[in-house]
Amino acid sequence: MSERFRGVLERMTRIGGVRGALVVTADDGLVVADALMEGIRGNAVAALAANLMKRFNRVSNAATVGGLRFLHLQADGGTLIIVPAPTGVLVVTIGGPEMNVGLARLEMLRAIEVVE
Amino acid sequence: MSETRVVEAWTQKPLEDFVTETGARLTLIMTPAGQVLAQYGFTRAVDVMAAAALGAAIFSSTMEIARLLREREFEALSHQGARHGVFLGSFETRRGRLLALVVYGSDATLGLVQLFFEELVAGLAAASPEHVERRPVLAADFERELNQSLSSLFGR
Repeated sequence: MSERFRGVLERMTRIGGVRGALVVTADDGLVVADALMEGIRGNAVAALAANLMKRFNRVSNAATVGGLRFLHLQADGGTLIIVPAPTGVLVVTIGGPEMNVGLARLEMLRAIEVVE
Repeated sequence: MSETRVVEAWTQKPLEDFVTETGARLTLIMTPAGQVLAQYGFTRAVDVMAAAALGAAIFSSTMEIARLLREREFEALSHQGARHGVFLGSFETRRGRLLALVVYGSDATLGLVQLFFEELVAGLAAASPEHVERRPVLAADFERELNQSLSSLFGR
């Protein structure tokens, strides 16, 4: 894993409540780099997150609000946040209900500057 | 929506699940010799024959490259085009080694196809019959078996 991605993932996983973070290719849905707690299937999250982004991009384009910049899914057991970087990768963060969402969002916006 | 057509019934459910999950445009399940067991999305017999022959040839070529590199084999390969991607994966079942040739569009991703390919392999491995007589592929039987398969796949 490159130092650039390692640094990004380390900063993400230091946030309270974060269970894992990944850098994923947006076109292919493949894992570029990950730091995940045991039990989280990185390849499944990567594939499905990329697919979700493609579908939600269609929705936002159909609604004439432009390309997606942030996707935040709140589930019963936690949160999934996906941020696309202009270079064609996605930064994905998985957290529990206790995750500091605001801090995670800020850190993810910093992360996409690093992976650009 | 195209139908899933199968020569061997145990392949139907795993193939239908795979196509539903990935949104694959075309899928072939076949032996490394190119004998088709199931297909989804093809409307013409000639296309199935061509795709099966080409898929089997690609698999043979990669096996040869693997041999040169002293690899046991390559389990999967993919080609990415502007509008379509092609994924070719091999796997073991009680029916013997099989290949899956998948063509997917821009609404799917390689990661998604790989992910559900794992489930397809598990589904086919679990569903494959216990006792299958393994016979060599003989030229004398080949045309008859090919015609039988195409009749099953296209209902002719």
